[in-house]
Amino acid sequence: MSMEDILQIRDLYVSYGGIEAVKGISLHVERGKIVTLIGSNGAGKSTTLKTVAGLVRPKSGQILFEGEDLVGRSTDQIVARGVTLVPEGRRVFPNLTVKENLRIGAYLRKDDYSRDLAWVYELFPRLKEREWQPAGTLSGGEQQMLAVGRALMAKPKLVMMDEPSLGLAPLIVKGIFSIIREINRQGITVLLIEQNANMALKTADWAYVMQTGSLILEGTGQELADDETVKSAYLGVKK
Amino acid sequence: MQKLLPYILNGISAGGQYALISIGYTLVYGILRLINFAHGDVFMVAGLILVYSSATLPFYFSIPLVLVCTAVLGFVIERAAYKPLRSAPRMSLMISAIGVSYLIQNLAFYLTGGLPQPVTRPIPWVSGMVTVLGASTKRVTLVTPVLTLALVLVLLWLTRRTRIGIGMRAASRDFETAQLMGVKINSVISFTFVVGSFLAAVGSLLYFTNYPNVAITSGAMPGLKAFVAAVFGGIGSIPGAVVGAFLIGLSEEIIKGLGYSTFSDAFTFALLIVILCVKPTGLFGESAADKV
Ligand SMILES: Nc1ncnc2c1ncn2[C@@H]1O[C@H](COP(=O)(O)OP(=O)(O)OP(=O)(O)O)[C@@H](O)[C@H]1O
Ligand SMILES: [Mg+2]
Repeated sequence: MSMEDILQIRDLYVSYGGIEAVKGISLHVERGKIVTLIGSNGAGKSTTLKTVAGLVRPKSGQILFEGEDLVGRSTDQIVARGVTLVPEGRRVFPNLTVKENLRIGAYLRKDDYSRDLAWVYELFPRLKEREWQPAGTLSGGEQQMLAVGRALMAKPKLVMMDEPSLGLAPLIVKGIFSIIREINRQGITVLLIEQNANMALKTADWAYVMQTGSLILEGTGQELADDETVKSAYLGVKK
Repeated sequence: MQKLLPYILNGISAGGQYALISIGYTLVYGILRLINFAHGDVFMVAGLILVYSSATLPFYFSIPLVLVCTAVLGFVIERAAYKPLRSAPRMSLMISAIGVSYLIQNLAFYLTGGLPQPVTRPIPWVSGMVTVLGASTKRVTLVTPVLTLALVLVLLWLTRRTRIGIGMRAASRDFETAQLMGVKINSVISFTFVVGSFLAAVGSLLYFTNYPNVAITSGAMPGLKAFVAAVFGGIGSIPGAVVGAFLIGLSEEIIKGLGYSTFSDAFTFALLIVILCVKPTGLFGESAADKV
C-alpha cells in the first residue's frame, strides 16, 4: 500500500437484498498503471466497479480515492473527483448524436473541453465522421469507441472499463486495447474488467482474479498468465 | 369557408392551449414513464391563482405570480408524491398521481367552497376583440398559436442546446448511465416538472381568457384532451404533442362548425382508441419497446 495508490478498496462487502455479490475484497490501483480484474460470469466484477462509481451502496468497507473515502458520495460527486466508468454493454445514449454523447461526457466541466474533444476525435476518427449521427445508428464497435471517448471527456484521473471488448470482432478488440494503452500513456490510470483474460493480462501492469465475490489471486499480468489455475480456468488452456 | 373561419380560428387557439398542457404530459412521461394525472389539476390551480391574485394585484404582478406559483406546485408535487416512489413499481407511481389529482381538487374545493370562481377581470388586451377576414374574435385566439410556437421553439432549443436539456434527454433513456456522466437525476426531474407546469400555467392564462369561471373540475377536460394529444403525437415527443394538440383542437372545432357539436368530445376519445389500436406509438413516437 504505497502512497502512490490512486484507488484503494478495503474490505468491501456489497449485497443485493440477500445475495452477497462482493465478499470482503481489498485491492489497490497504483497511479498511472493499468490494472485488470478478471473472473467468470457473476463473480462480482461489475458490482465492484459500480460501487466505486457510487451507483451501488456497499454494505461495509472503504473506497479510498486519492486518500478520500468515496463511500456515501453521489455519483456526480465521484465523477467530479475524476473517476469515470465505461459501463458494461456500452450504454451510449441512442437518441443523442455522437457529438452530444461526447458533450454529455463533459457534463460537469466548467472549463473549455474542446481540446479533449479534438483528442477523442484523434483517437477515434470514425466518431468525427459520424459526429451528427444519432448514436443508436452506430455499429457495436463504434458504440464502444463512443463509450470510451465519452468517459474521457470528463478529463478523468481514473477510468474504469467494464468489458470493453464484449461482443466485438478480434480486430476491433485489438484496436480497443491499443487505445487503452494510449489513454494510459497520457497519464490516465485504468482499471479494466475483462473476460478476454488473454488480452487483459498482456496489457495490464497488475491483475486480480475474482471468483464468486472474492479475490483469489493477484500478480503482474505475466505472472497470472503463467499461473496454472488461471490458464485452465480463464485462458482456455488445457492442463 | 367563411362560415367555418371562426371555428378554424378557435381550433387553432384551442390547439395551442392543449399543446401547452400536453408538453407537460410528454416531458414527464419521457423521463419517468409516468402519466401525470395531476397535470390537469395543476392547470386548474393556475386558473384559480389567476382569479384570486388578479382581484387584488395588477396584472404585471399577478401573471408572473401565476407562472411562478404553478411551477413551484409542479416541483413540490414531484418531490412529495413521486420522488419517494422512484424505485417502486410503476403502478404505485400512477396511483400516487391519481391521489395527487384528487388531493388538489379537494383542496381547491375547500378553498372555493365548491363554487366556480368567476373570472371577473380577464387579462386586458388579449381579451380585446379583433376582426380577422371578417370574423370577429378575441385577440387571444391569435396570440395563443404565436405564443405557443414561440415557447415550443424555446423548449426545443433548451432540450437540444443546453446542458440541462441534453442531460434531460440522456436521463430519459438511461438514468444510470446519465448519472455516470455526472447528471444529477433529481435536478433534471425537478426541472422537467417545473418546465411542464410553467407551460401549463401559460396555457391556463390563455384558456381562462375565454372562460367565464374556474371550477375545481376545470382542468379535467382540457387535461384529458391534452393527454390524448400527447398520445396521438407519440408520447415522449415534444413536436408530436404539439402537432397532436393542434390537430385535435382544429378537428373539434371544425366538427362543431359543421353542426355536430355533440360529437366533438366523442371524436377526440374515439381518436384515442383508434390510435391505441392502429399505431400505439403515435405520429412521432419512438420504438414501442421502451414505452410500456
Ligand atoms: N441489480 C442486481 N440485483 C440483484 N442481484 C444482482 C444485481 N446485479 C448483480 N447481481 C448479482 O450479483 C452477482 C455479481 O454480479 P456482477 O454483475 O457484479 O458480476 P460480473 O462479475 O460483472 O459478471 P459478468 O462477467 O457476467 O458481467 C451475480 O450473482 C448477480 O446475479
Ligand atoms: Mg459484469
